[in-house]
Amino acid sequence: MGASVAFWVLASIAVLAALAVVLVRDVFRAALSLILCFLMVAGLYITLSADFLAAVQILVYVGAISVLIILAIMLTREVQRGSPSNRFRLPAFFVAVLFFAGIGYAMLNTPWQISSTPPLEPTTPAIAGLLFGEGGFILPVEIAPLLLLAAIIGAIVLVREK
Amino acid sequence: MVGLEHYLILSAVLFSIGLYGALAKRNAIIILMSIELMLNAVNIAMVAFSRYIVPLMLTGQVFAIFIMVVAAAEVAVGLAIIIAIYRHRETIDATKIDLMKW
Repeated sequence: MGASVAFWVLASIAVLAALAVVLVRDVFRAALSLILCFLMVAGLYITLSADFLAAVQILVYVGAISVLIILAIMLTREVQRGSPSNRFRLPAFFVAVLFFAGIGYAMLNTPWQISSTPPLEPTTPAIAGLLFGEGGFILPVEIAPLLLLAAIIGAIVLVREK
Repeated sequence: MVGLEHYLILSAVLFSIGLYGALAKRNAIIILMSIELMLNAVNIAMVAFSRYIVPLMLTGQVFAIFIMVVAAAEVAVGLAIIIAIYRHRETIDATKIDLMKW
């Protein structure tokens, strides 16, 4: 009972915040509602008993990515101009609605094999075993820092003053 | 009782909102924010599959962690490109950044 109340509250706030991101005129307020949406997604991870992922979501998205986005908004003084739509507004709306209809139809009509096993709790040791253990994801774990290093160097090169 | 379909539909709603924003907005930062919204929607679907279909394997959560890593790299490079374009052309309007359009 409590879990479904939490789901409906978190989900409705997340959808409203996401709508505000694309509909609000002020770019800065759009960024703030994006942060609210990230927080609600972290709460949804907790209702899915993914505790480690909720902490990572708050650290990475709410902590780091939102700061980067707000910094970029401050550096590019387009705040006064707001966030207008281009001339593809109606076609984009129809594409989004069609996409939602198609994917929703597929989701509701697929016979998912729901498992009745209760989920693991806490998940952190299990995820560590999967990431670093035998037969796990050790190669992607080693590639991820290379990607991050390349991204950091690329960002520095791109914004460096000549 | 909340089930797998609820989370999947929520994920589809968030993804569609992000799709609309990425297609219909002119400000490049808003487009990047919409892409972040879409990545978050995919993560919700991944974690919901992991919770309801294979609750003991957690592979969906590991995929979600890798998606977060790629999203962090993407947003760093994307915002650096936007700032570089703003320095050169004094605008981040995606309809006016058309140097490679013929």
